Amino acid sequence: MTDHLKYTKTHEWLRLEDQQATVGITDHAQKEISDVVYVELPKLGRQVSQGEEAAVVESVKSAFSIYAPVGGAIVQVNEALAKDPAAVNRSPYKEGWIFAIKPSDPSQAAGLMDHPQYESWVKGEKH
Amino acid sequence: MEADPVKVQAPPAAGRHSPGRLLEPLLSDLSESGRKGFQFPKLDVPEVPIERLIPERFLRREDVPLPEVSERDLVKHFLRLAHLNFSVETNFYPLGSCTMKYNPKVNEEIAALAGFSKVHPCTPDPALQGILKLLFDLEELFKEILGMDAVTLQPAAGAHGELTALLIASAYHRARGSHRTKVVVPNSAHGTNPASAALAGLTVVEIESTSRGRVSLSALQRAMDKEAAVFMLTNPNTLGLFEEEVLEIASLVHEKGALMYMDGANLNALLGLFRPGDMGFDMVHVNVHKTFAIPHGSGGPGAGPVGVQAALKPFLPGPIVVREPQGAGVFRYRLASPGSDSIGRVRSFFGNVGALVRAYAYLRALGKEGLRGVSEGAILNANYLKALVRKEFPAAVDEPCLHEFVATAKEWKAKTGVRALDIAKRLLDHGFYAPTIYFPLIVEEALMVEPTETESRQTLEAFAQALAAIAREAEETPHRVQTAPHRMPVSRLDEVAAARSPNVRWRTGASS
Amino acid sequence: MDYVPITPNDRKVMLERIGVDSFEDLLSGIPPAIPRARLKLPAGLSETELLKETERLARSNATVGSHLCFLGAGAYDHLIPSVVRYVAGRGEFLTAYTPYQPEASQGTLQAMYEYQSLLCDLTGMEAANASLYDGASALAEACVLALRLTQRSKLAVSAGLHPEYRQTVETYLKRSAGAVGLIPLRGGATDLEAARGLIDDQTAAVVAQMPNAFGCLEPVEELAQRAHKAGALFIVVVNPISLGLLFPPGAYGADVVVGEGQPLGNELNFGGPYLGLFACREDLLRKIPGRIVGMTQDGHGRRGFVLTLQTREQHIRRSKATSNICTNEAMMALTACVYLAALGKEGFKEAARQNALKAHYAHDRLIRLKGIKPLFSEPFFNEFALSLPEDPELVNRKLLDAGFLGGLPLKRWDPALKTGWLVSVTESRTREEIDHFVETVWKLIR
Repeated sequence: MTDHLKYTKTHEWLRLEDQQATVGITDHAQKEISDVVYVELPKLGRQVSQGEEAAVVESVKSAFSIYAPVGGAIVQVNEALAKDPAAVNRSPYKEGWIFAIKPSDPSQAAGLMDHPQYESWVKGEKH
Repeated sequence: MEADPVKVQAPPAAGRHSPGRLLEPLLSDLSESGRKGFQFPKLDVPEVPIERLIPERFLRREDVPLPEVSERDLVKHFLRLAHLNFSVETNFYPLGSCTMKYNPKVNEEIAALAGFSKVHPCTPDPALQGILKLLFDLEELFKEILGMDAVTLQPAAGAHGELTALLIASAYHRARGSHRTKVVVPNSAHGTNPASAALAGLTVVEIESTSRGRVSLSALQRAMDKEAAVFMLTNPNTLGLFEEEVLEIASLVHEKGALMYMDGANLNALLGLFRPGDMGFDMVHVNVHKTFAIPHGSGGPGAGPVGVQAALKPFLPGPIVVREPQGAGVFRYRLASPGSDSIGRVRSFFGNVGALVRAYAYLRALGKEGLRGVSEGAILNANYLKALVRKEFPAAVDEPCLHEFVATAKEWKAKTGVRALDIAKRLLDHGFYAPTIYFPLIVEEALMVEPTETESRQTLEAFAQALAAIAREAEETPHRVQTAPHRMPVSRLDEVAAARSPNVRWRTGASS
Repeated sequence: MDYVPITPNDRKVMLERIGVDSFEDLLSGIPPAIPRARLKLPAGLSETELLKETERLARSNATVGSHLCFLGAGAYDHLIPSVVRYVAGRGEFLTAYTPYQPEASQGTLQAMYEYQSLLCDLTGMEAANASLYDGASALAEACVLALRLTQRSKLAVSAGLHPEYRQTVETYLKRSAGAVGLIPLRGGATDLEAARGLIDDQTAAVVAQMPNAFGCLEPVEELAQRAHKAGALFIVVVNPISLGLLFPPGAYGADVVVGEGQPLGNELNFGGPYLGLFACREDLLRKIPGRIVGMTQDGHGRRGFVLTLQTREQHIRRSKATSNICTNEAMMALTACVYLAALGKEGFKEAARQNALKAHYAHDRLIRLKGIKPLFSEPFFNEFALSLPEDPELVNRKLLDAGFLGGLPLKRWDPALKTGWLVSVTESRTREEIDHFVETVWKLIR
């Protein structure tokens, strides 16, 4: 189910559907972060450019920036994470989604990695 | 088989009103309507209904729901809490970067003298001559020890001193018509450095360290541009190592028109040996609650005086203590507002005078020779302890250290899965407070150990034996270490739950 | 006197084990180009000499013991129960560090949780931190929070705010975007009409002090409404003792409550260390500065306490931290905690009541003296401003000789208030002392 997603080098995933792109963090990232205790969500309607910090995922002793994989307007945020930040650990690709963007330039997604590319990127990063 | 020398704690006391297993009930659970812990003198002015003095719209309708506890129960409660703490007075506390030295009792006695502790901050100057002289003389002592031309005693803590100094640096550059907004720090810096820069409205650039844990001159060269306002350096650095190229660093920074700032957190290594002013620093802050034996008070208070070179003096915050000669060797002291170049006030009133009085007493007791003895002792103790634990826990950079050293547990992590955190927790079972762990960020599985000069050789040896025992245990029964502590009032606490749904207060008010 | 236990024999054993011949060898890596210190300092003192010398310095200061204090202006002479000093002097609290290892710090952590709880009960707010430096810097931090949270650029600050607090805010905001607009007073309280023009959609926060620096009670409810209508926060600076009588800030719409915690059992100490109180709405908890203690459990189901929400702090978030604060005023917070618990529900109310009654008694007697007029007509708590027929500095000097600490000459704050004199009366003063004060003032101005 993660095969059709796009990935960034900073471990976000992106799901493009219609006019909207949903963003979360990868299973690899949630394991590295360990127990997520809080997710700081972006404000609805905020304009972000590609690579800009849009959210923050926190564990007990660290905070991780979540960057917008593509530029655009924030059109949805996962309010459920306020009560249940553990969803990012439990279900990083479904319940644990973080925000959705209406891309200003859908072609930006083409520059992102596909699943096999991301897998080998993660392997390479470990060395 | 357990061979721990530590006594098992008494079984936890049950709370009367709180369910669950408790070490000590909350004050709110001890409350019993009608009890009191203090009695005010009987009101002796005519009693008037308050509503006649203050309109009802301003008055609260319900009393503040404070706990009602007898003085006896209050003492029991807080003493039982006190017994749950490790402290310098009860335990060896080798917390790196924090200089947990012994706090002499006489300093407490002096600070509690009515002539210091019961002085109102707005008292007229003529009735403040003793306290103003003390503060003036303390500035002089700091100037001499630091090699600086002027000192402000106002900042309440080290980070407050950093903020003050960075605001001074900004004002200095602005006065010279130069717009500089960048602060450069090594990646081994204390977190307060970048945080203070951000609060001062400046941007932060972190530069790499060399493999020997020192500032990389080439990285510094690249970072120092026309935007650079200040280079912040801790010397000795957070690995307890002296920055040998500090003079070269200073001339590079000055060439670019920027200022050299010393984070004085590690000043305990330099007293009477070297002076920041002689190393090319333009400004430095002092942590009196580290170097100058002020008790840390479970987190505060401290004081963070800042010393500066002459060119920066006009920008110091106020008020300032002025000494005016009256002839025949007699002086008058008064508080004055600083000039128009001053950055202004950084707090109310003069400063954390209660802490400064203790620092003054400490400095006067030590004198010149004593000061040097402090740093020599700190350096000797750190190197001795480093040698004692070398086999199991080698230093990240194996060179003579100054007042502290950073060991690494990365071999243990690779071999047994036991991490620095586990070792720290197991040390508690042995009756020792833990070293600072996972700092500086550039050392893997860091254990930062600062014994200070006030600990005896026997204490250091006992600590080294405990570490050796933990190392053996890590090989034989790693799980035992990984689940430590086992003999403390509580075992590892669920910090994830605490951060996910914070409970930061009781809720008596809501229920009544 | 030094406090170093290393004997010549220890030194020898230690150097041998380290593997060097002399102490100097440990410094061999330090380039000779760096000069050695040659300090010009006096020789050390024995404990006896030190006490003699510091006692001499202490003796020449006027204290609230040697003089009867009618001076307030942000620091107050209150009664302190003995039990407070005893607990706060215990070495297990006094000589511990910040409780980063919770298993070895449950005493401090529980006491800080209790302090946070008591501060919430006092202010009617939902959350509190474990202390900041003092009232002025706590306010500056609250303003930084408001600017960051709202992404706006202005503050509307009442002119009734203690001038040193305003100056501290201005210093903190010097390098960031914030501009401080001053809402003038009308009489002794914030002018609501003038406030209208100063609060707009770029205002991050409205700031008022209750009671204000001149002692007057403020229209806080209206100011809170104005702030919220403009989408700004309402920050209020409180005198904690006044909350024994006054409507709690949580009930009139304060978003952040700060204040000077010195009156809660802390000594005057010539201005510090004091206690920065900071309480807020629950939803701001993850944005505020300073340490926070939270309740949790260990693996055996035992209740325990930890420092929580640490990702806000400098040691983790570095330049993105909510503040740079590390060392705080934990002992002053512990002191406040013991003080509030010692007084309890009835005692705290009694303290506030006696402050108000004694201050009003003194006020009414003083304004009956010919030539003395009240400066304002607004209601007050334990502090009030008068106009003297003579230079208040001069009156104070004479009062000092007569054994009194007179009120604050208000020209120190505002040159226009040439004859202004800010008098504070707490529960520490007896009726006899107040009468004696009034009679002495009368003799001096007659």
